[in-house]
Amino acid sequence: MKKLYFSNILAFLFFAATSVFAQEEHHADSTAEHATEAVTSHSEAGEAHEEGKLDLGHLIMHHIGDDHKWEFAHGVSVYLPCIVKTEKGIEVFSSSNLEDEHGNPVEYNGLKLEHGKIHAVDGSHVLDFSITKNVASMLLSAVLLIVIFLSVAGSYKKRGLQSPKGFQSLIEPIIIFIRDEVVKNNIGEKHYRRFLPYLLTLFFFIWFNNILGLLPGGANVTGNIAVTLVLAVITFFVTNLNGKSTYWGHIFAMPGVPKWLLVILTPVEILGMFIKPISLMIRLFANITAGHIIMLSFLGLIFILKVWAVVPVVTLFSVFMNIIELLVAFLQAFIFTMLASSYIGSAVEEGHH
Amino acid sequence: MELLTPDLGLIVWQLVVFGILFFVLAKFAWKPIVSSLHEREQSIDDALEMAAKTRQEMAELKAGNEKLIAEARAERDALIKRAKEASDALIADAKAEAQKVATEEMDKARAAFSQERANAVAALKADAANLSLEIAEKILRNQLADRSAQEKLVSDLLSDAKLN
Repeated sequence: MKKLYFSNILAFLFFAATSVFAQEEHHADSTAEHATEAVTSHSEAGEAHEEGKLDLGHLIMHHIGDDHKWEFAHGVSVYLPCIVKTEKGIEVFSSSNLEDEHGNPVEYNGLKLEHGKIHAVDGSHVLDFSITKNVASMLLSAVLLIVIFLSVAGSYKKRGLQSPKGFQSLIEPIIIFIRDEVVKNNIGEKHYRRFLPYLLTLFFFIWFNNILGLLPGGANVTGNIAVTLVLAVITFFVTNLNGKSTYWGHIFAMPGVPKWLLVILTPVEILGMFIKPISLMIRLFANITAGHIIMLSFLGLIFILKVWAVVPVVTLFSVFMNIIELLVAFLQAFIFTMLASSYIGSAVEEGHH
Repeated sequence: MELLTPDLGLIVWQLVVFGILFFVLAKFAWKPIVSSLHEREQSIDDALEMAAKTRQEMAELKAGNEKLIAEARAERDALIKRAKEASDALIADAKAEAQKVATEEMDKARAAFSQERANAVAALKADAANLSLEIAEKILRNQLADRSAQEKLVSDLLSDAKLN
């Protein structure tokens, strides 16, 4: 019940705040409709292609969503472990138990997949802590980040004050860019060092996951609302737990504003406290998901139109979009970090009136 | 709408993974990296500052050297000037002295010469007188046979002798 309520709020904010993404989704929906139409008209023409009956909208939604198995290509899947807390206790089993050889969901231990989610057959409450595709991808990115940055840190320790070399020189400008242009600029000389580890982790986590998501067969981690929700909530707590008197003063009693106006202004400011992280959450989720949907839609064109001539055009567009998405991958990580720093910066700012 | 419903499982996993990632990276990556970067930047700044300072010191040293050289040169010029003045004075003195001595010598010589001349004239006068006397005596011995002639001659001689 509570979850439903929350998702309603999210849905409202979603449509209110990002009309861009709303269009995007609409676009995807219409593409799906087109797909259905196209396929229907095709089969009506008399050519019976059973495998041609594809529901592109469903396919795309399936691709950008989470799953209990990791499908790298059609038929090439890795079954991931399921960790489920039922009334009977915690159960751990492979997700391969949940479907038969044709990929149809089957019952296992009283549990069954419904729209990719594990439900109890008897309708009792189930908590799903499975290593899903997104969790696995996230773990992979975490391992990658730890390996890369520990080795870079190692070369810093080894080389001392010498100039950077090798992989270190690739990473160093990015770290310096984030430190100087993003963190120091927004938080200020006095406090920035305290928040630098969090913001660097944030930036590289988002960036790496964005890029991993662009790989063929990659998961849509940063385009998942749960992931961006957690990042936004952490940022919210980091911001507000470090709020100085100036920050709270600006929220509850904006200086230099007539008393009667505060009646309007204070609720707006309080709302702003929450809107900031929510905008962070939606921006990243929407941008990355939209990118995935566009790419899949382009590729889907081939299967909808079923004309060879369209292949070069689609390839060209896909490559173009991929390059744009590579830029977006960096840009969204940068923007998230930038805004998080500016929120933290406004919280720790000293009064200067 | 499924897209907008955050899964509890994923939220928990994201918190766990991100939390572990943050602590591992903060402790083992960001701390050494950020402090090394800071140290390196500090050392570069220090080195640059040191270089600037050294350059300034060098410039000061050079200026000092130039000043010293200029002072030495001025001193040398003064010394030479003074020496020249001294030597000029010395020469002038010597010249004056020599002039004085020469003048004195000339005067002395001139005085001696006048004396000598006077003496010579006197001697010459005496000799001439003696000679004239002798000549006169001889002539007289021959001519002064009579008295009138003798007297006339004497008076002539006397008047002639006064011309000297």
